[in-house]
Amino acid sequence: MSAMIGPYEQSDAAKAAYDARWERILACVRLEQPDRMPTAMQTFFWPATRAGISYKELMYDYEKNKDVCFDIVREFEPDGVYTLVLGTAIGRLLEKLDFKQLQWPGHGLRDDQPYQYLDREYMSADEYDEFLFDPTGFYLQKYLPRVAGVFAGFDKLPVFPGLHYFRLCFAVRAFAQPEVRASFERIVAAGEEANVAMGHHLDWTNRIAAAGFPLINSAASIAPYDFIADYFRGATGTMKDLYRHKDKLKQVLDKAAIFIARMTIANARAANHPIVFIPVHWAPDRFMSPKQFEAFWWPSFRAMMMLLIEADLIPMPLWESDCTKRLPVIRDVPPGKCIYWFERTDMVAAFEALGDRVALRGNVSPSLLATGQPAEVDAAVKHLVDNVWRKGGKLILDGAFGIPDETPTANVRAMYDAARKYAG
Amino acid sequence: MSEQERQLVDWLADMEEDDALALAKRMLLEEGANPARVLDLCRAAMDIVGKRFEAGEYFLPELVIAGEMLDTIGRVAKPLMRSGPGEGPKKLGKVLIGSVHGDLHDIGKNIVSFMLDINGFEVKDIGVDAPAQRFVDAIEAFKPDVVGLSGFLTLAFDSMKETIAAFEQAGLRGRFKTMIGGGQIDETVRAYTGADAFGINAVEAVALCRNWLGVSA
Repeated sequence: MSAMIGPYEQSDAAKAAYDARWERILACVRLEQPDRMPTAMQTFFWPATRAGISYKELMYDYEKNKDVCFDIVREFEPDGVYTLVLGTAIGRLLEKLDFKQLQWPGHGLRDDQPYQYLDREYMSADEYDEFLFDPTGFYLQKYLPRVAGVFAGFDKLPVFPGLHYFRLCFAVRAFAQPEVRASFERIVAAGEEANVAMGHHLDWTNRIAAAGFPLINSAASIAPYDFIADYFRGATGTMKDLYRHKDKLKQVLDKAAIFIARMTIANARAANHPIVFIPVHWAPDRFMSPKQFEAFWWPSFRAMMMLLIEADLIPMPLWESDCTKRLPVIRDVPPGKCIYWFERTDMVAAFEALGDRVALRGNVSPSLLATGQPAEVDAAVKHLVDNVWRKGGKLILDGAFGIPDETPTANVRAMYDAARKYAG
Repeated sequence: MSEQERQLVDWLADMEEDDALALAKRMLLEEGANPARVLDLCRAAMDIVGKRFEAGEYFLPELVIAGEMLDTIGRVAKPLMRSGPGEGPKKLGKVLIGSVHGDLHDIGKNIVSFMLDINGFEVKDIGVDAPAQRFVDAIEAFKPDVVGLSGFLTLAFDSMKETIAAFEQAGLRGRFKTMIGGGQIDETVRAYTGADAFGINAVEAVALCRNWLGVSA
């Protein structure tokens, strides 16, 4: 007997393997003992490195992207796989959007460079009130035209709140303006490209599922502070706001916690996958004081995570850099509901502080994976197995930040082999 | 130090931005205070800020606000200086800094530059995505005591290694110390790139430079 996943046939053996892999991840989340230590695979441009194609090809050639991303999943057999295609096959969509927040290969960068975010102020400090009063209006008329060229005509749209009766009837004149028409035409084209990209993601997801491999997450989300710091006010802008506009910043964070949660719940339900990946940028020990962290960063993030948990989702924050001093604070979540992925935080310390609360993910160091020797990678995995997994930690093994783009294949092999060698 | 001068230093060091700026402007524009003296007070305040950062009392937001206050007062004070800027104390040494080839990130680099600057070093920043040759050309012109290579992405590992190799090839390697820093940098990367040292934050960068130049903290 076999089943069809989209156009792909899934054998009974592949189905059993898929179910076993997914159950390992879920057992960890529930803080129960799985049959062996699960592994995960997250990476961005390493599939191109592995296959010997350019980063630009990975971003622009859907079929090649799916093939090389499928090949590495089959080769290394992780228990949970990142949305590899969705994370990189976006060159055509970014172009159609005239997206301004990134530079990418073929668009400001060389073919062998990964895409990079442009940290800027996309909202000025004196626009907080406008954002707070009417976030949707601010998005339409200010934010969207700043971040993507397709929305250039949106600054000509009417102000919607207040429209009524004949005022509403005649307000539609705005949509007949040449700039607005042109914007909508470009948006439709970008929307069609987004559908194509999403179609390839779904096709690849079916293909790996048929081969026995589940995604570890589908939806992704963001912490409210990071949302404002990264995508609106800029990193330094938000740091200034901690002093100059602290009340307004807090109001925005509280509001963002709700609308980000709503967006994330809708996306996760559409994808029919409970685990939500949340890269965390501005929580590390060195960025802000414990007092600032507890006043500004954590409350809105916790509120958002609780909304996700109440919606039966499983938040999976990736706590970037070193968050050791934050451990006592971020412990304040219900047990058995989250996966905490740590980058440079000592995993043993994380296990000791949080082992009875959350599953853990990580954290073979990027520098070791990219520049070390296979024996050193093996030893790093053994260290995690001996000091976390064997002591009862519900660890999902992965690179500290997935697999760095430049990693030699032998080191990737060493990481996944060591997981099997030392932890079943 | 007068009561008023002490108040300015305290407000600057305590992040009382509105009060500090108002007082500095009043001193400079209404009371005819010596602009060089006001900038000396700013340096004294920044010294306190730096020490609080080193002690883990202040973090990046305080450095950013401190930098803003310094810039604002500098913009008011410098046009008032009769002999122009440059009356400050002798610099402790020269540091050239930049984000390496392929990497566009600059937040960490800018923080390190600021900390070095307020700690008395002359800093030349050559920007982001700097090819090895730009470093080499800048080294020959600026003659730094220390070169800082910054990078946030893992691609920076190879870029740093190539840049340091270019220093060797240009015959420059022995003339200065090389330090590396950034989100993913550790001892493994230092050994891989051949840098003299790495730092995990701006405090360590300052400590490395002080140590190499024989300056006591």
